[in-house]
Amino acid sequence: MIKTTSWSRRSFNLVNYTLLILLSALCFLPIVHVLALSLSSKIQVTAGNVLFWPRDFTWASYEYVASQGQFFRSMGITLERVALGTVINLGLTLLCAYPLSKERRDFRFRSAYVWYFVITILFGGGLIPWYLTIKNLELLNSIWALVLPGAVPVFNIILLLNFFRRLPKEMNESARIDGAGDWRILFSIYVPLSMPSLATITLFTVVGHWNSWFDGLLLMNNPDRYPLSSYLQTVITMPDLSKFTDPETARVFNRISDRTTRAAQVFVGMLPILLVYPFLQRYFIHGIVLGSVKE
Amino acid sequence: MFNKKWRQESANHIMLLPGVLFLFLFCYVPMFGIIISFQKYYPTKGFFKSEWVGLENFRYIFELPDFNRVLWNTVFIASAKIILLLIVPIITALLLNEVRNVLFKRSVQTLIYLPYFLSWVILAGILMDVLSLKGIVNQMIEGLGMQSIFFLGNNNWFPWTLIVSDTWKQFGFDTIIYLAALTGINPTLYEAAVIDGASRWKQTLHITLPGMAPIIVLMLTLSLGNVLNAGFDQVFNLYSPPVFESGDIIDTMIYRIGLQDYQFSVSAALGLFKSIISFVLVSVSYAMAYRFANYRIF
Repeated sequence: MIKTTSWSRRSFNLVNYTLLILLSALCFLPIVHVLALSLSSKIQVTAGNVLFWPRDFTWASYEYVASQGQFFRSMGITLERVALGTVINLGLTLLCAYPLSKERRDFRFRSAYVWYFVITILFGGGLIPWYLTIKNLELLNSIWALVLPGAVPVFNIILLLNFFRRLPKEMNESARIDGAGDWRILFSIYVPLSMPSLATITLFTVVGHWNSWFDGLLLMNNPDRYPLSSYLQTVITMPDLSKFTDPETARVFNRISDRTTRAAQVFVGMLPILLVYPFLQRYFIHGIVLGSVKE
Repeated sequence: MFNKKWRQESANHIMLLPGVLFLFLFCYVPMFGIIISFQKYYPTKGFFKSEWVGLENFRYIFELPDFNRVLWNTVFIASAKIILLLIVPIITALLLNEVRNVLFKRSVQTLIYLPYFLSWVILAGILMDVLSLKGIVNQMIEGLGMQSIFFLGNNNWFPWTLIVSDTWKQFGFDTIIYLAALTGINPTLYEAAVIDGASRWKQTLHITLPGMAPIIVLMLTLSLGNVLNAGFDQVFNLYSPPVFESGDIIDTMIYRIGLQDYQFSVSAALGLFKSIISFVLVSVSYAMAYRFANYRIF
């Protein structure tokens, strides 16, 4: 009896482990394949000889990507955007989450404010009114167009305010008796206590700004001003040549839409995330659990 | 008394002020901008001098020959994604839950969670290569002696390419949410079941699944709000005119009408149509989540 159970258990384990390995491979191998393509010669790639290891190893595609002046210009704009956007998002998240985490008796207008925030996730004006608003504020083509429209991350505020609400109330009260004001309580007690959640939110914010491409495409009239993701969007997916009236630019964009170069661009675009990912995933998991399980 | 209370609370208002201002500028002002969907809006004339046309723009949309098809594509693609994103992560979480080796478990989690952090620009770049006629997937299909498939250019395959690749990107994230729910199940239940002679399968059926039920209900109700969100980022980066028939969705149509054809009013009207339905769906889903899963967003 015991023997048969353990046999069926063992065969289940075999199937289970195989399935999970396949599933992981499905998520991981396409990336390895693209890396191998980007480091192989065009001839080998066209012949279909490249699987998960480069053939005729060459840096040529990366040299080509780096030879585009726009690549570094866009990288600069992205870095600026990530830095500025993260500071603004994080600052506003803290400033909004603290008062909204209070009980009604400590802050009479809490529910009015909460509704003011929540309505924005339930209903929106839509793409065109949003675009026209930013246009009318004369933000088009400036770095502020990339950071200000999304300055208030309502979901992160909800995440953090739920965390704040679970901190012991006595701490707040005793600090108040000792004469600390709201600002002091927020920055000297709440912030140090919520470091893990803040780390999670920061990481999500940085990744979000790094990945964001549509706003750059829409709000920057001039491709010179594209952040990296928007630039990669135009060169990786079908380049819309009509946008580039200058024939020289059009020719360059045309030439680089070939497989090895595209592979190199894709890989460069995800490299920063791949590099930090192994260290961060602990925090990400923490963050999700924090956001989804609450009483 | 009133003044004292007011002074005590003043810091709260000051803290909230910048957030309130930004939301006003970038969320509430665009809501007022909806009025252009009842106008024949010209940027040169602005909001106040453009001619009012009533529901003209809406009539125009509903009479567009493509409208019904686009609406159907949207609902079909979004619903299929919702269903797959419910089934796949639950099964993955159950399988992972049976793994005893911690290192293996963590490695799998790390790997399946990775695509979630890459943008659709990057993933589209990967898919366009991997799924192309000369790509690695078609090499394998041909290796098995079958006809190669044009996943991104064939109207029969394209919606399923969208559905499956979206599941591929998202399922790791949802799996981790379900796994977290699994760790919350009281281990004494399993011990009791073992004493009663329940097999692993019976334990899964009668302890694990019921233990996950609240979070499953929660995820399902919350996803109902997404029935009109078929995934703009994904479709925009993967589609092309030959597959508009099966892959064009409301969001991409809004984009094309508004920002390629510059019919601002028509596009805004279509956007309003979507916003209103989404508003109803999201409100209902939150109300249901509150009722059935005791979930409150704040």
